[in-house]
Amino acid sequence: MGGHSNWPEWIYIGVIVAIMVWVGAEAWDAERLVEHVPEDAETIIVTGQQWFWTFEYEDGTKTIGDLYVEVGKAYKLEIVSKDVNHSFNIHDYVVLMDAIPGRVNTVWFAPTEVGTYDIQCREFCGLIHYNMRGTLIVEEAST
Amino acid sequence: MVLELQKPRPIWQIMFSTHHTDVGLLYLITSLAFLFLGGSLALVIRAELFLPGAQIIGDAMTFNRIFTVHGTTLIFLFIIPFASAVGNYYVPIMVRYKDMAYPKLNAIAFWMIPPGGALIWLGFADFTWYATPPYSIISAPGPAADMWIFGLKILGISSVLGAINFIVTILKCKHPDMSIGQVPLLAWSFLSSSLIILVAIPTFAAALLMLLTDRLGVSGFFNPAMGGDPIAYAHLFWFTFHPEVYVLVIPAIGMMYEIIPRFSRKPIYSYNSGIFAFVLLSIVGFSSWAHHMYATGMSFTEKTVFMVGTLAAVPASAMHVFNFIATMWNGRIKFLTPMMWSVGGIALFFSAGAGGVANAAMPLDFTTHDTYWVVGHFHLFVMGTIAFGSIGFLYYMFPYVTGRMYNETLGKVHFIMSFVGTVLVFFTQHVLGLYGMPRRIFDYPPIPEWIAMNQIATVGAMIIGISMAIFLANMIYSSGKGKLANTEDPFGVGGKYYYPFEAKNPSH
Repeated sequence: MGGHSNWPEWIYIGVIVAIMVWVGAEAWDAERLVEHVPEDAETIIVTGQQWFWTFEYEDGTKTIGDLYVEVGKAYKLEIVSKDVNHSFNIHDYVVLMDAIPGRVNTVWFAPTEVGTYDIQCREFCGLIHYNMRGTLIVEEAST
Repeated sequence: MVLELQKPRPIWQIMFSTHHTDVGLLYLITSLAFLFLGGSLALVIRAELFLPGAQIIGDAMTFNRIFTVHGTTLIFLFIIPFASAVGNYYVPIMVRYKDMAYPKLNAIAFWMIPPGGALIWLGFADFTWYATPPYSIISAPGPAADMWIFGLKILGISSVLGAINFIVTILKCKHPDMSIGQVPLLAWSFLSSSLIILVAIPTFAAALLMLLTDRLGVSGFFNPAMGGDPIAYAHLFWFTFHPEVYVLVIPAIGMMYEIIPRFSRKPIYSYNSGIFAFVLLSIVGFSSWAHHMYATGMSFTEKTVFMVGTLAAVPASAMHVFNFIATMWNGRIKFLTPMMWSVGGIALFFSAGAGGVANAAMPLDFTTHDTYWVVGHFHLFVMGTIAFGSIGFLYYMFPYVTGRMYNETLGKVHFIMSFVGTVLVFFTQHVLGLYGMPRRIFDYPPIPEWIAMNQIATVGAMIIGISMAIFLANMIYSSGKGKLANTEDPFGVGGKYYYPFEAKNPSH
């Protein structure tokens, strides 16, 4: 410790703390909005198992690998697993939720553009984890 | 400091010695051996990912085994033993004691590392360094998985024993004339990291036992089929291993505190804020573990609490960065190899920390979690900060250990190539993560951005690989044939070295 003053360090720490408070507040606010599931969201049960995804729609139909949704509608995904941990991910819509056996995790999204998007598993789940992929198919609204 | 190679001794004399510099030398050589072993696995991983499709590794199982052993090796068999090596050499001298407090315990702690390492390498488990249940319980092939569990158990006990030794040495064996507020920052870093080990490791030790009995089928702690919960393991694991991040990084920061004032030819800007930041980090390090688990279905409140806990660690880390820069400010800096590594390490520490803030912010984490962003992020810490600090310190202590100087030009070439390589690999991996590439994948679809980023990363890794070969050659050649060091002032930076370079060597 020389005889120098410490005020530059205090200002610096003040700036860092202010940035962290700002980041935290913004993140809190954004996450609060993101997690609010719309009332009219259609529920789809997403089941992960080594090494594919199964989708069960509200009308009881099931598809494997391909998830069919309509543009402009909100969907609530209930994510479950039959064997080990997986993580359901549609990167283009920032949909990410772990599939944990014994738990039901929910996440929602509303596709905004017609097209196809990649679905992948983002949690290590064994041998074919790298190819546990699927396709999100966003179609025109039927009505 | 003892000049090891100037006075040749039979190898068994070093192996059965309990003197702190001998144990330090054993730690040093073991950790460097595992650095090269674990690093080679990284090069294999990068070569495989150069292009989509199987290149040089035939199957996904082998790939999974390779990245599991790569991570386990470099964390538990390189970083931790390397820090112990430095601690063994320096802590007793810094607190002015003749040896570690418990010399035999010290030797035992070291000798647990080779069997632990052997179990991990002979088993070659495939369930990632995180050993996620239920995969690790119901799917991971034994005996590899069981050997990994026992290996980690042994290494955990070793680090607890080492931590006890450092704490007692610093608190109880320091010279009576020396107050705790006069202990150098490098020794303070060992005190802080050892206290974290003591609090954190037992949790993982318990989790490992539960994992083992789950695998044996006699319990179902983490097995949903038997009423258990995999998330419980995640909490126990990260309660140990988030603070463990600070166990790894704090000694590296301590090493920079030794190098930077010396090569800046100025006293440290603020000794007290260094201590304060160490202590603060080791406390707030315990408030952030579940930020690894945002996507496991945690409630909004839980996530908020752990985000705040994570952001709280940032000011303490930032204080170190400030301290380093303020120390260098207006200093007559001599950019020799150890200084270059330290300054490079600070730059990458800052980058890694900035990326960490993005991870901690809840909505952003859902973009980056379990992608290559995370791989890039923590490698900037473990490689960019910890390995850089450690390698810089190795160059710094080289003349004390061997009595000879390393080749300065090759040392600088090593640094420049490693720095460029590290930036190429790990900054690129951040971007790759934003493009959505998951971690731990053996193969990937031919998406043009993914291919380009992977190729840049692979080229960077090869540059690091070549620089490490230069490093190895430099160390081996210079330790035998390098020019004799002036042990009073090997780096010509003048001033008084605080610590005698020849420790008294009482026989035990």
